[in-house]
Amino acid sequence: MTKSLIYSLSFHAIMILLTVLSLPFMIRQPVDLPPIISVELIQISDKTNIPYAPKARKVIEKVKKEEKRVVSEQAPPAAKAKEKPDRIPLPKKQDEKKELVKKKQNPKEVKPEIRQASEFEKKDIVDTNQIAALIDKAKEESAKVKKIDDKLTQSSVKNSFATGLTLSEEDALRAQIFGCWTVPLGLPYDDDLLVRVKLELKQDGSISKSEILDHERMNRPGQKFYKVLAESALRAVRMCQPLRVPQTGYDKWKIIQLNFNPMEMLKG
Amino acid sequence: MKKLFYIFILTLFKLNVAHSLIEVDITRGNLDPLPIAISPLHVDAQSENYESIKVKELGDLISSVIEKNFLSTGLFNPLNKNAFVQKPDIAHLKPRFEDWRLITAQALVTGKLLVKDDKLKVEFRLWDLAASQEMAALAFTTTPSNWRRVAHIISDKIYERLTGETGYFDTRIIYVSETGLKTERVKRLAIMDQDGANTKYLTLGNELVLTPRFNPTNQLVTYMSYFRNLPRVYLLDIETGIQEVVGNFPGMTFAPRFSPDGKKIIMSFAKDGNSDIYTMDIESRLVERITEDSSIDTSPSFSPDGKYICFNSDRSGLQQIYTMKSDGTNAKRISFGSGIYGTPVWSPRGDLIAFTKMRAGKFYIGVMRSDGTGERLLTENYYQEAPSWSPNGRILVFYRETKSGKDGLGFTAKLWSIDITGYNERELNTETDASDPSWSSLLSK
Repeated sequence: MTKSLIYSLSFHAIMILLTVLSLPFMIRQPVDLPPIISVELIQISDKTNIPYAPKARKVIEKVKKEEKRVVSEQAPPAAKAKEKPDRIPLPKKQDEKKELVKKKQNPKEVKPEIRQASEFEKKDIVDTNQIAALIDKAKEESAKVKKIDDKLTQSSVKNSFATGLTLSEEDALRAQIFGCWTVPLGLPYDDDLLVRVKLELKQDGSISKSEILDHERMNRPGQKFYKVLAESALRAVRMCQPLRVPQTGYDKWKIIQLNFNPMEMLKG
Repeated sequence: MKKLFYIFILTLFKLNVAHSLIEVDITRGNLDPLPIAISPLHVDAQSENYESIKVKELGDLISSVIEKNFLSTGLFNPLNKNAFVQKPDIAHLKPRFEDWRLITAQALVTGKLLVKDDKLKVEFRLWDLAASQEMAALAFTTTPSNWRRVAHIISDKIYERLTGETGYFDTRIIYVSETGLKTERVKRLAIMDQDGANTKYLTLGNELVLTPRFNPTNQLVTYMSYFRNLPRVYLLDIETGIQEVVGNFPGMTFAPRFSPDGKKIIMSFAKDGNSDIYTMDIESRLVERITEDSSIDTSPSFSPDGKYICFNSDRSGLQQIYTMKSDGTNAKRISFGSGIYGTPVWSPRGDLIAFTKMRAGKFYIGVMRSDGTGERLLTENYYQEAPSWSPNGRILVFYRETKSGKDGLGFTAKLWSIDITGYNERELNTETDASDPSWSSLLSK
């Protein structure tokens, strides 16, 4: 009796120890990690000359022009515009003095950096995924251009330790599939639209096997939309192949699961 | 015992392995129209000519109707037939998927037809080119003169398979055809297929006709006509051409709408100087008063489940949209934007209410959720109104008046359609000027 009790106790102790060691995440509170900001390291040469994108350059030049306009508000711009090109420019010192005086008169002048950012927001960034916001054509309301939601969603904050892909590798793959996935319209807004596709990949990124994980839902009555959605997801990965996967670490990514969910897009 | 222990350890190990599966969330995609190849239908060599129909051209004709249907949705991009590399008969048996993928097609429609013994037999297949497999295959038999309807039915089936929504191609639109000068307008009831084909005139134009409305369950139509300067409501059966008078309703400005089960009509008319909402049982002709308010209540429309009614009322001072239970209780205002709201119509899907909005001298067609949230104005113009839903609740048809002529003194009224995203706005082809459209339910249910 005592012997068996000792056996039982020791076996239970081993069990508890093993559980504690192998499943640490079960007893620890999940650490609330802040969203990871990806930083790209670049080599700095003797002269750093990173070219602006042509569009950005135009915007910056425009902003600069507008800055000048703001500054010259107090000195009428019309008079400046009439200046002959061959007119002798004022000495630099005088210009500087003028600017100093203006700064005093208008101390709350907007800083150029801030103005530049707002120009980008207003003109260059239109989130095409926010359909609901885009379709209102009333002129009064169209003036309110929605700011791009640059915040990382909970789903997209998956660190490299959890996925086995670095953030940039994951982003590259995601961007590739974004382009291939034609989202079917007419999906219900209030249903669960998550389609999980499990892929077995070859080393070149092509697909050797694909599987819809919730395939039984496709044939349920009233779930026609789910079938269409699942098919569109499969079509997307097939059209996209070979997928943009890293050249190394095949064992890590040879089986991959893609979670397609158009909810964010549909709700806008 | 030892075995059990090893199994336990192995299970724990497997759990750890499973935990490390790479998962990537795809939350965005593109909204570009789906590239689709619609191959001309192969005409069987045994086919015989039928009356005036050129059977040899029928394959091309049917495929071009399907193509136009898809193009009009804005959801599909039918590819140019000149780029097709496989003959229709071979493609219908077994397409060379890689060839079709080369022209960026994602779906392919093939088919063949046979006209024999005065019967037209059409079969079609829909192929998923990425998966290299068949998605749908159906065959229809009808009289050859029905070939357009067959094309619409095929379009519906493909649309349903590719979008998960019911189609709306095998439907008709009834409207008021308008001819003549603005001061001497001749208005006739007219009906056409949703793509503008097969126009037929149902009245002669002796009397003024207004606001025809389809019964959602059959081919019955109500419309209003002035008889000796008194508004009178008629019921017209499109199939048989038989019409009857429902009653004289002084003070009525819009024709009634049907309840979702088609057994009642709901209307507003002025009694004792005040406009309220009433329902009438079509069989027993029993009229029941729904609202009893000192304000002007007009243009009621049932929700698709028949439990609620949306309507117009000026009880808050300005004309706004309200909803209430079908017994008239629990009325609440749902529109709160600036401007005046009119002609609310509940979507057949039940999720949205379409309306006309007047603000700052302009007219908008818009939609909002049934609780009044998410108001979206889809299109803007100087004069447009009377939205009517397609049976799948995705498209709205309405009419728009614009100035015409060199001096801008003339005017023209045309039917337009717009989808609920607001991107796909199109003018419908009508033989004459047109107003007050109403979309039928699917003819082939």
